[in-house]
Amino acid sequence: MSSVVDPFNKFSYMESGSQRQHFSPYADNGGSVVAIAGEDYAIIAADTRLSSGFSIYTREQSKLFQLSEKTILGCSGCWCDTLTLTRVLDARMQMYYHEHQKLMETPAVAQMLSTMLYYKRFFPYYVSNILAGLDGEGKGCVYSYDPIGHCEKSYFRAGGSAGALLQPLLDNQIGFHNMEKVTVAPVPVEKALAILKDGFISAAERDIYTGDSILIKIITKDGIKDESFQLRKD
Amino acid sequence: MTAVVPDIAKPGFSFENCRRNAFLAQKGYAVPKATKTGTTIVGIIYKDGVILGADTRATEDTIVSDKNCSKIHYLSDNIYCCGAGTAADTEMTTQMISSQLQLHRLNTGRVVPVITANRLLKHMLFRYQGYIGAALVLGGVDSTGPHLYCIYPHGSSDKLPFTTMGSGSLAAMAVFETRWKPDMDEEEGKKLVRDAIAAGIFNDLGSGSNVDVCVIRKNNVDYIRPFDVANVKGQKQGSYVFDKGTTAVLSTRSIPVDIEDISITPIEPESMDTSS
Repeated sequence: MSSVVDPFNKFSYMESGSQRQHFSPYADNGGSVVAIAGEDYAIIAADTRLSSGFSIYTREQSKLFQLSEKTILGCSGCWCDTLTLTRVLDARMQMYYHEHQKLMETPAVAQMLSTMLYYKRFFPYYVSNILAGLDGEGKGCVYSYDPIGHCEKSYFRAGGSAGALLQPLLDNQIGFHNMEKVTVAPVPVEKALAILKDGFISAAERDIYTGDSILIKIITKDGIKDESFQLRKD
Repeated sequence: MTAVVPDIAKPGFSFENCRRNAFLAQKGYAVPKATKTGTTIVGIIYKDGVILGADTRATEDTIVSDKNCSKIHYLSDNIYCCGAGTAADTEMTTQMISSQLQLHRLNTGRVVPVITANRLLKHMLFRYQGYIGAALVLGGVDSTGPHLYCIYPHGSSDKLPFTTMGSGSLAAMAVFETRWKPDMDEEEGKKLVRDAIAAGIFNDLGSGSNVDVCVIRKNNVDYIRPFDVANVKGQKQGSYVFDKGTTAVLSTRSIPVDIEDISITPIEPESMDTSS
């Protein structure tokens, strides 16, 4: 029961209860992103609340970055890393354009983002990235990443502070997972939008870092359409 | 030796679970977390008494664990108490003090003064050296008039004309500092309390959902819950009804029940014994 604390042991202060303070270069500014891809469209949406701890920095911060006419990146996590990452990403896409005299396709951007994230393997960008767009054939695609560059292609994905709350809804309603006797069919844009909004309504109920409103961008071959939707503000 | 002289257990509190828990935490077993009511609670004194207010959100880290919890606790007919901090602590502390006040009232045969509740609460919290995480706003009316106290988890307390507590206390206090004045009327007071709680609800992520208000006057109390629904839930667009048979049946087993005999025994309802 009683422990022998050796007063000459220089590590004896490292008992439970002792605390050390150190600087952390990261902040968690919250936010959630959802992307859904269909046959000929891709939707990406993010909430517009930027926060830290128990305070709200702003209620109207877009977390979506348009990289080209058919590629949009959604970021959540450490906001300062998001800013740096997207700034460098824009520069790299310019360089690609001038070198090859053509715009980068979505799969190419996806691969480059992975490389850029892994480049900082031991001091990562603390960002949860989801990339949505149309590929070379005009089909919708979604790529999701971990902070150090693991990339996965899919058709629907949720990320950020309420990612774990939103993903099961998408798995069930878009991916038709865990169900018997259902006809698996591609989801039309209107239904995808409804599921996305409903998901965010529920996420705002339970996640304190998700709320205020969402910005939605719908990518089709005719261009990008913007939409916004109000969430609860508490 | 031990057979002849039995071991006398060491006196004092056993800390062995603390060491075990620290060891488990070090091995990667998460320490259980208590529900915190990252909260906005307030109280003011107005012309005819005291008005208490609270939000209704309870959180576990970044997840909302209760969207409509009650944070204004009953202490006695003339005293109520708002609680912020660890949910279980505020609940149990107010319940225990409430029972002590009841006994005190029965012993003395008088309406318990608010200062007694304050004294009981601060003594208990001080005894536990801050480990009972209860931050309270105590308000009530007694023979000497309206009283409002703010009690900290370590056992110190202030007697104030208006006060706020919890993670949203700064937002709420900003409202009070600009608008509170002595001898406000009831409507004005309720509006001020609502606005102070609303400031917490909208600007503090630990506070949310609705506004509860409790008005304590000389001879009666108005406990209004909810006083104001500050946030309405969004209207969902899709339908999430599943057809029968959507869930996979992994295995079935039926146990036949053979009925050998049926007998019916009618039971007459018995009236309650009220003779004594």
